[in-house]
Amino acid sequence: MQICPPALPGDVQLDEQGRLRHFLDIQGLPRALLTDILDTADSFRGIGDAQVKKVPLLRGRTVVNLFFENSTRTRATFELAAKRLSADVLNLDIGTSSSSKGETLRDTLFNLEAMQADAFVVRHSDSGAAHFIASQVTPHVAIINAGDGRHAHPTQAMLDMLTIRRHKGEFSNLKVAIVGDILHSRVARSQVHALKTLGAGEVRLVAPLTLLPSQVDAMGCRVFTNLRQGLKDVDVVIMLRLQKERMDGALLPSEGEFYRYYGLTRETLAYARPDAVVMHPGPMNRGVEIESAVADGPQSLIMDQVTNGIAVRMAVLSMAVSGQTQKGAA
Amino acid sequence: MPRIALAPDNLPRRYSLSGGHVLDLTQGINEVATLYIDDGRIAAIDTPPEGFDGVQDFDVAGLLVTPGLIDIAPHLRDPGPRYKGQLTSEVQAALAGGYTTLCPRPDTSPVLDNPSHIQTLLSKAEALGSVRVLPLGALTQGLSGQLLTNMAGLKQAGCVALTNLRQPIADTRVMLRCLEYAATFDIPVHIQPEDAALAAGGCAHEGVISARLGLSGISDTAEIMALSQWLMLIEQTGVRAHFSLLSAGRSVDLIAQAKARGLDVTADVGIAHLHWTDRLLEGFDSRFHFQPPLRDKSDRTLLREGLSEGIIDAIVSDHLPHEAAAKLAPFAASQPGMASLETCFSMGMALVDKGVLGLPRLVEALTRGPAMVLGEPLGHLSPGSPADLALFDLERTWTPAESDWHSAGFNTPLAGVALKGQCVATLTRGVARYVA
Repeated sequence: MQICPPALPGDVQLDEQGRLRHFLDIQGLPRALLTDILDTADSFRGIGDAQVKKVPLLRGRTVVNLFFENSTRTRATFELAAKRLSADVLNLDIGTSSSSKGETLRDTLFNLEAMQADAFVVRHSDSGAAHFIASQVTPHVAIINAGDGRHAHPTQAMLDMLTIRRHKGEFSNLKVAIVGDILHSRVARSQVHALKTLGAGEVRLVAPLTLLPSQVDAMGCRVFTNLRQGLKDVDVVIMLRLQKERMDGALLPSEGEFYRYYGLTRETLAYARPDAVVMHPGPMNRGVEIESAVADGPQSLIMDQVTNGIAVRMAVLSMAVSGQTQKGAA
Repeated sequence: MPRIALAPDNLPRRYSLSGGHVLDLTQGINEVATLYIDDGRIAAIDTPPEGFDGVQDFDVAGLLVTPGLIDIAPHLRDPGPRYKGQLTSEVQAALAGGYTTLCPRPDTSPVLDNPSHIQTLLSKAEALGSVRVLPLGALTQGLSGQLLTNMAGLKQAGCVALTNLRQPIADTRVMLRCLEYAATFDIPVHIQPEDAALAAGGCAHEGVISARLGLSGISDTAEIMALSQWLMLIEQTGVRAHFSLLSAGRSVDLIAQAKARGLDVTADVGIAHLHWTDRLLEGFDSRFHFQPPLRDKSDRTLLREGLSEGIIDAIVSDHLPHEAAAKLAPFAASQPGMASLETCFSMGMALVDKGVLGLPRLVEALTRGPAMVLGEPLGHLSPGSPADLALFDLERTWTPAESDWHSAGFNTPLAGVALKGQCVATLTRGVARYVA
């Protein structure tokens, strides 16, 4: 007899019909759903160009931005996305209030639920926090993961996929290199799952061994410790932000040496295909992981990413909230 | 449906238990036999001794009768906050699991680091008068890894061994001094090997799963490095040492080599690590947050083999009760451990049913094995030894439910899971302390 404790509810992200209820993680979502998110986001892109930048999809709904960790761009784009969907938006920076007073995450959550929100957009420093919150909230509240620890940042990955698709079309022929602090990056993990699910030809991870999780190749990536070899003939280069604190943890000797061996410069970018595009989730450290001339250069899609971020977040919010509503009606 | 007429405190001074399957390899018994009990001690097996004509007999046919189980490392949470558990609740949990001897860990509040705390604990245990409590004392003051405790005083107060648990001793010279001083008074030292720096901040086995979930990993190297370092110091000092809660497959090899070199070392493994692997962390399931972490399948295989072959001497429940809220947090923020005294034997039986180990070896690893680690004359049924017994119904299926749980913590992944084999009665000193 094998003792198999009851598993956690399998796929909490989808309802019985396979519709999105929560958006926590790319892992486990089918390719068709990711494509659906990208298509929906594409259709929302035009709204930003219109004079009246609003659609009434979430009118009368409340979206709470619940940020236990600081963020500027992610929070701002989520706020804009919700407002363009006509939702009421509440921004809460918990990092500086309740949790510092010793209130548990669960207690904070129950208090906020009493405000009858339809969706929580959550950022938290613990891996798995979004999953945990989704397991605790009452039904019909959608949880959107805006970054949990080192685990996942699925909307960032999807806006990157939208950016890649708009410039490169099909994923199957693409070689994509993700460069930098893979170990601490929730963005990289979500990008890998998204690229693998969408059928990218090859996904490479490039970093020194101190910034690579052990056995990360099991995620289906090729691992390189040499930047030039890692960039050879790739179609897309995604640079990751290097946190300044990494020097303190003895993970790296200095920013200067990191830039010399892993920084994306015009010289190193030349190893990629001539039509390769450059992306960065921001905020950038110019002269640490990327040369200014590359960041602002013709191959850079960094500003496109920000614009696409609003469209992707509109897509995910509208899909998850309506998924919850339909479930509630059933 | 009570199948036996035993009831607490109703037993005469002399009686017999007949019809049960008695299993005690130290006595070479693995068959239906009659136990004769006289004044709290085993008087004889099968042949009635003088003066036993016509004594009351209890029919225990269909049950497995073993020496009472011994756990050398449960958390009994006493002294400490009541919501985590206390001696009364956890002793009751132990009895329900077939345990008759417990060696509670010293990471209580306050820490069991001076003789007066030990005396208080032991007088509480004596007042309960059921299981044998043989406490582990702290190796360093406050378990802070810096100053030695009054080791001789702790031994005199009743500690059977000293341990710093998983708390680091950063200075290797302090490690050495601890072992030298313990060796001076012939006090065994129990060690949970883990390199604090390599394990810092970690909450999961460093491997494929932790890489994907973005959980900070603890590599098996953290255990093996510490284990190697301790073995060097043990060899130098000649102290009696026991390694508790091995989780890495490669540790088994190191223990085997140390034993082969003639070092006086023993080892145990937690029941969870014999069953489960880090695959169960998928979905951030905090029920499987353990310390040391559940490792991968190859580690589990080597731990199982090490146990079967006797390189690992004992199984521990690693009982660690928590209030419900302790597990209701994101994985890394949740508290590690499970309340397992009540399920440990059933989990062991699941391994027997799977063919991982034989029933005699399971019973040995829960009785004689831990007794040998302690160097105590317990865990066997030789005439004259205390009548500490556990009676199990191996066919009985049961499902852990909060309503009939004894421990203060119902933090078990086995809630609602059908288990086979359950303790139906526990006796210490010939007296029934628990009857299902």
